[in-house]
Amino acid sequence: MAVVKIPPVLRSATGGDKEVSADGNTVGDVLRSVAENHPDTERQLFGPDGGLNRYVNVYLNDEDVRVLEGLDTAVEDADTVMILPAMAGGAA
Amino acid sequence: MATNFQDFLSKIKERIPEVDPQEVQDILQSDEPSAVVVDVREQQEWDESHIPGAVHVPRGYLEQRILNTIPDRDSRVILYCQSGNRSAIAAKTLIDELGYMHVENMTGGITLWKQRQLPITIPFQFSDAQRIRYSRHMLLPEVGPGGQQRLLESKVLMLGAGGLGAPVGLYLAAAGVGTLGIVDDDVVDASNLQRQVIHDTERIGVPKVESAKQTIQKLNPDVDVITYPTRINADNIMEIIKDYDVVVDGVDNFPTRYLLNDASVRLGIPVVSASILAFDGQLTVFKPFDGPCYRCLYPVPPPPELAPSCGENGVLGVLPGTMGLLQATEVIKLLLGIGEPLIGRLMLYDALAEEFTNLNIRRDPECPICSREPGSISDDEMGKFPDYEAFCTGVTV
Repeated sequence: MAVVKIPPVLRSATGGDKEVSADGNTVGDVLRSVAENHPDTERQLFGPDGGLNRYVNVYLNDEDVRVLEGLDTAVEDADTVMILPAMAGGAA
Repeated sequence: MATNFQDFLSKIKERIPEVDPQEVQDILQSDEPSAVVVDVREQQEWDESHIPGAVHVPRGYLEQRILNTIPDRDSRVILYCQSGNRSAIAAKTLIDELGYMHVENMTGGITLWKQRQLPITIPFQFSDAQRIRYSRHMLLPEVGPGGQQRLLESKVLMLGAGGLGAPVGLYLAAAGVGTLGIVDDDVVDASNLQRQVIHDTERIGVPKVESAKQTIQKLNPDVDVITYPTRINADNIMEIIKDYDVVVDGVDNFPTRYLLNDASVRLGIPVVSASILAFDGQLTVFKPFDGPCYRCLYPVPPPPELAPSCGENGVLGVLPGTMGLLQATEVIKLLLGIGEPLIGRLMLYDALAEEFTNLNIRRDPECPICSREPGSISDDEMGKFPDYEAFCTGVTV
């Protein structure tokens, strides 16, 4: 089970949870597991073609998965997956 | 043993080769100077005027500092002082005690140099009040008088005089950043005062740029505040940002975010960018071509219906304080060229967990903006992406 960190803008889709656990051996499997358990995240994460939306960046530990192997990047149990959608929020 | 000072001096001068000031000037003006020119006078003399391109090692600190300044003892070293006497004695020390092989003395010191009307540098003069005000900066070797001068000569543009802009403006003003531009078209509202500490209760209804200017001028009269009571848009952005050294960004909508990115890449101006929501903050430095730009990170914005709301959100009042001060810190690091600016890294702050996370962010070699020659970015394409203007209308920067 990898830990997936949920950004503030997606927390309404996880019932306010800042992190969730998700099964999967790859980043893609982990994210699909998140989307299954929290259906409101699906449209944020995945486009109609099933690929990761380009305005969402995903990091495995501190590295962008795009410089690793994208959604095919292997995930170990101790890894942290971070979801980071584009944010233009807040001079507040 | 010398019988008097003149005797002592002439014995030294017999041994030390002399160089004419004109030759020193020719060396300093060449593309790759063949010698290091060292001013060995006291600090106060250096501060009054010195030869441009020279380095300063006072004779009293010669033994301690020269190896750091000129590590290679085979280097050609030319010393000067006021008239050529102290530098001759210093040259003897370099040769006899410290093993420098090629040390020369400039004939007649800076006095003859000035008589020949060769160029001099007159360093920045701090007032007594400034020496006191900035004394804690002056004591830091990483800042010092040179760094403080640089801050006083720097120009920083703040986009927004709100939650982030408030601490940024206060602390950059206190630090003595000489010119602060502030862009904001909003007025102070009572609901701002929970976090926007640059404003106050009496100024409710006053334009934020005016309120911020008043506070800054009370804090530090050295600071020149330039107000722009407007919104950044495609028509004014190049004109507004072009003369600034750093832009501080608290932009809260995507159209302006992309516009700022494209303009800053085109002009080569670093942007210290922060965003906040509830208890969480993000911070990074977009320094064009040294690290990724915003479009490298997010080539397209989310569709409006999935974008985080641009409307009113809750925010813990101290959070923009924390994030704004981290922004101000990055601005000062950039202005002074010290430390490791947050370039190519994105810092996430979770106030409730008290957790800082750094992520690596990278340039996209195919970035539609920063992979190109900056001159090739046209006015027409700046800030453009599929029709997004309709969303977030009514949101100020």
